[in-house]
This record gives sequence, structure tokens and C-alpha cells, in this order.
Amino acid sequence: MRHDHLLSAGQLTREDIEAVLDRAAEMAADPAGVAERHADRLLALCFFEPSTRTKMSFDAAMKRLGGDTVDMGTVESSSVKKGESLADTVRVIEGYADGIVLRHPSEGAAKLAAEFVDVPVVNAGDGAGQHPSQTLLDLYTMRENAGLDDLTVGIMGDLKYGRTVHSLAEALTTFDARMHFVSPESLKLPRGVQFDLHEAGARLREHTDLAEVLPELDVLYVTRIQRERFPDENEYQKVAGQYQIDAETLDAARDDLTVMHPLPRVDEIAPDVDANEHATYFRQAHNGVPVRMALLDELLSGEGGEP
Amino acid sequence: MSEHELRVSKIRDGTVIDHVTGGQALNVLAVLGIDGDEGLGVSIGMNVPSDTLGKKDIVKVEDRELSQGEVDIISLLAPEATVNIVREFEVVEKNRVERPERVVGLLRCPNHNCITNGEEPVESTFGVVEDGVRCEYCGEIIRSDIGDHLAVS
Repeated sequence: MRHDHLLSAGQLTREDIEAVLDRAAEMAADPAGVAERHADRLLALCFFEPSTRTKMSFDAAMKRLGGDTVDMGTVESSSVKKGESLADTVRVIEGYADGIVLRHPSEGAAKLAAEFVDVPVVNAGDGAGQHPSQTLLDLYTMRENAGLDDLTVGIMGDLKYGRTVHSLAEALTTFDARMHFVSPESLKLPRGVQFDLHEAGARLREHTDLAEVLPELDVLYVTRIQRERFPDENEYQKVAGQYQIDAETLDAARDDLTVMHPLPRVDEIAPDVDANEHATYFRQAHNGVPVRMALLDELLSGEGGEP
Repeated sequence: MSEHELRVSKIRDGTVIDHVTGGQALNVLAVLGIDGDEGLGVSIGMNVPSDTLGKKDIVKVEDRELSQGEVDIISLLAPEATVNIVREFEVVEKNRVERPERVVGLLRCPNHNCITNGEEPVESTFGVVEDGVRCEYCGEIIRSDIGDHLAVS
């Protein structure tokens, strides 16, 4: 991978993705082999929105590479609260660390940050935009379970505001996957994402009912329907039940279906799925560490491949 | 002398923007930042008959020539427009507008959550796509209503 930053899944070729996934697999198999690889290097964690998995897995990944992290802390405890711009914030932090992981509530924030600094920037979620490092661990998990070729993937839930969905769908076009998007009408893919998918020649269909496609799927990627997005509680109630799955729902699925979720979940996957052989979402979350180790290694090593 | 030539010849120095998509003349003036206070002589024809467009607008601005950025954004509002430069009553240049690859600082992103709408030191930047423009920061697409998103008042 020859990129200075990771801002969106759209910048990644199939070769880029496979290189990171291969490296992640190597690191997962032999973590001791890279335990000092980035010793004395610092990664800045700049999370302008709450995060558990993403922040902790970047933290763990950097430390497992022998490096360390500096954490901006919460917005409430930072100079952001005083009205400092993002551009100024990252320009200051650039002087403290060798790379910046940024989560921000505004779409395009990571792109803007990357324009103001020379150290690598990783987009760890920008509003409803993109979340490309999540996509890498999603693909890693898919590859472990089903491979990445000739896949039929169902993506269900909040497709409009779901940044993990936007990144994943874009990346899946590089693998020529068949994609089925399942959502209420009000939460369909935004037109910018649809534009990219059509430009990439994606094979996709949209549905409002999971039952239409469930038996065909190799992977079902579930996201939370964000109740707070609905202007009317009654409208939410009309659709919410249709986008929950339980063990009985999966009776109609293929035996080798992989059920994924970026987490956190609320009620869209019932607890009785957890023990089901289809459930992969906790394993998926654990994969965040080796995948982010590989990603950080790529970005912090530069073109020469050495730290 | 044709009607068209007569209209143009009435200007001593300035610009005539012809073949503007019907109804877009006021947006063209907005692009040019013209609201009357600057004292320029301005004439507008709106929804006048056109052989090629059916109806078209015409904007004539005296003592003012256009920047490339202004021409770029006019090309998005009115892809068939021609920009005629007039000096000493003569049309010295007559150019069809051409769609640019991107427009910078001229449109406001309609996505309120786009970082360019925050208090950041960046200009809005839109790439021109087949049937509209697309924010290079958040990916939002503007298609038919570009005139509603001008960053100029």
C-alpha cells in the first residue's frame, strides 16, 4: 500500500486490501515478531466522538507494535471546547505524534485533517461518511469465514447514516461481490454512495424485507437502526421489528452464513444468536487489533517498508 | 442587423452572457456578485424565445469582464451559455462555456454536517460529475439545483 493516509475505502485497491489482510494474518500468528517494530513511536488518538472498540483497538494495536499512544481525551476536556478549529488541533498534535487516528462527527473531517499535516491520518469514522479501518477488519473476518471471492453479501439496517456500511460497500466492489441492501425506505443508501457503487459497476439490489434474500447470502452484515434518526416514533415502530434477527430467523439461512455486526448492537441481533454457529461479531471485533496493527505498520513504515 | 446583434451592440464595454438556461439569469448575477449597489449597468432578458433552447435568459453587464471562476460556475448553471466580451461596441471574444473539472469556493455544501460548513480554514471544493457536482469532502451530490447552493450572496 502506498498511501500517506487512510481516509476512505474508495482509495484502496484490491491489492492494497489483500496486503493489509495478509500482514494482519502474519501478525496475528506471530505477535512477538513485531513486538518492538514501532518502539518509541507515538500515535495520537483524537476522538471527537465517543468510541470504545475503535479507540481501544488502535490503542492496543500501537502498543502491540512496541509503540505508545497519546490521547486527546474527550472534547469536553480539550481545547476544542474553547472553539479551536480541527485544522489547528491536528497541526498542533502533528508535533507530538507520528500518526493521527481521527474520529469526528463531521463528514470530510479526516480529509481536511490530512490537508494540514504531514504525518499519516487514519479516518476512524467521520460522521455518516466513512470508516475504512473498520472495513479492513470486516473484510479480514469475511475472508476467514467465507473467502472474498464470489460472495453474496446482505447489508441490513441503517444504510443512510451507517458509515461502516458506506466503506464496506465501496470496498466490496473491488471483489465483485453481489450486494443486497436491506433497509426501510427512509434509510436507504445515500445518493453519493449509490453513485460510487454504480460507477464501480457494482452488482446490487435493494430490499425492504430480509426474507427476500436471506437464503442466498454468504454474509449478513447487520447494523443498528438508529431510532433517534426517525422524526416520528410511530414510523420507527413500523420498521424496527422487521430488522431484528434471532435464531429462528436464521433457520432460513444457509448453513455457512456468517452473521456480522460492527457493534455496538442494541436489539437488532437477539442474544440467542450469540451461541449460534453463524455469529461472528465478537470475533470480528477482536480482529480489529491485528488488522489495525497491519494498517499502522503500513502507514508508519512509509514507502521503504521499514519503520 | 439581427435582434441578437442589436442587443449586443448596445453595450460599449462589458460582457453579454447569452443562451443562459431559462430562469437562471438571477443566479448568474449572484455568481457575479452583482446586486445593483456597485453601479454597473445591467440588463436582463428572461425567458425570451430561443431557436435552440426554447426559452433563454440573457444577461448584459457593462464595464465588467468575467473571471475564469465565474465562467466555470456559470457553465454549471447554464451549460449552453456563451460569454461575449464587448469592447468599443464590438464583440471581441465569443466563447462557449466549458464545464470545469472542479469548482472551489463558489458553492456551499448542502450537507449541513460537512466539515466545510464548520469554522475551518478551507474552501468548499466540488468535483464536476456527469450530471452535477460532488463535494470532495463529504461526497454530497448536487444535481439540478446548483443555483440554490451558491456561496455568493
